[in-house]
Amino acid sequence: MEHYISLILKAIFVENMALAFFLGMCTFIAISKKIEAAAGLGIAVVVVLTITVPVNNLLYNTILREGALDWAGLPNVDLSFLGLLTYIGVIAALIQIMEMILDKYIPALYAALGVFLPLITVNCAILGASLFMVERDYTFSESVVYGFGAGVGWALAILALAGIREKLKYSDVPEGLRGLGITFITVGLMSLGFMSFSGISL
Amino acid sequence: MADASAKQVLFEPIFSNNPIALQILGICSALAVTTSMNVTLVMCMAVIAVTAFSNLAVSLVRTQIPGSIRIIVQMTIIASLVIVVDQILKAYAYEISKQLSVFVGLIITNCIVMGRAEGFAMKNGPWLSFLDGIGNGLGYSVLLIFVAFFRELLGAGSLFGVSLMPVVNEGGWYIPNGLLLLPPSAFFIIGLTIWGLRTWKPEQVEEPDFKMSRHTVKEAF
Repeated sequence: MEHYISLILKAIFVENMALAFFLGMCTFIAISKKIEAAAGLGIAVVVVLTITVPVNNLLYNTILREGALDWAGLPNVDLSFLGLLTYIGVIAALIQIMEMILDKYIPALYAALGVFLPLITVNCAILGASLFMVERDYTFSESVVYGFGAGVGWALAILALAGIREKLKYSDVPEGLRGLGITFITVGLMSLGFMSFSGISL
Repeated sequence: MADASAKQVLFEPIFSNNPIALQILGICSALAVTTSMNVTLVMCMAVIAVTAFSNLAVSLVRTQIPGSIRIIVQMTIIASLVIVVDQILKAYAYEISKQLSVFVGLIITNCIVMGRAEGFAMKNGPWLSFLDGIGNGLGYSVLLIFVAFFRELLGAGSLFGVSLMPVVNEGGWYIPNGLLLLPPSAFFIIGLTIWGLRTWKPEQVEEPDFKMSRHTVKEAF
């Protein structure tokens, strides 16, 4: 149990997807002008990550990994080079399926998340989490915890940035720095703050 | 844009319509891989190759793709190209591919590739799309190399791994600025670069500027 708690804390703070690894930056910067939008996107990322990372973990361990096809009588097959194609396929398909299920059964949530779901396909945080999961050899239950933690960390970061930007629009920023420039510098400062977590060893 | 000349398509993205500084595309990898020039150059070549060829491929099949599944088709094309690049890197530049770790794979979700495939290659012929891919890849590379130049020079006192300013630890005179090797510095450098670029080409300032002032006026009264 303790192991999982430290894993989730590590995924949220120490290895924050957005501020320590800079994953999902494009959407991070583009959709952080308003808090409501940022919250919607954040929740969507948490949901998608919690589902896709474990699914990819299962696929990797039962099909792609070297020697994983032993059960099918093919002990020498190594399909790990197909990894990238598989993960992105899973992510794109799952998002499409989620969209349909939400549309049919939970229309309220669909209305709230609707616009953001397709955007998530190209969010590198999602693919990045799957790749990190493979690189670090997580077990199935670890991958569930890791997926959730990574999502929460990302959501937290985008909410914080949206909060700062909502205040920032009232300030007098030098001309060339307005908009994108000052946002970058803000994110840099936030990331500097988050680096203080990196000293914590769990 | 359909009648844009080849030269324009190729060179416009480098400074006037830079994918990172103006279109907010492909920032993720811009930050993580810029600690040393060697790694950055390899990453840039990989991105240029993937962008150019995915644009070419998408543009070739653009009339056959049904609209509703086009994203998945584009993804598949891009992912296949990235796998090729990844395998080549593993075969010929293993050390660097280790340092790039997951970021080669992340070219798939690099918004530059996807954004150009969707935004340009779906509407234009193969040749122009190919050039557009190279142009955008170059625009991305210019900014990345610029950032990496400062990070490696000031952070480690070297360029391409060759020591230019001998650091104190090795008996030299230069005290390296450790902050520049840490991730946040990339944000500062890109932020300042954008500032510089927009001062040089003030027409890029306008749009965000306009939005900004409208906000202020509306909410001040």
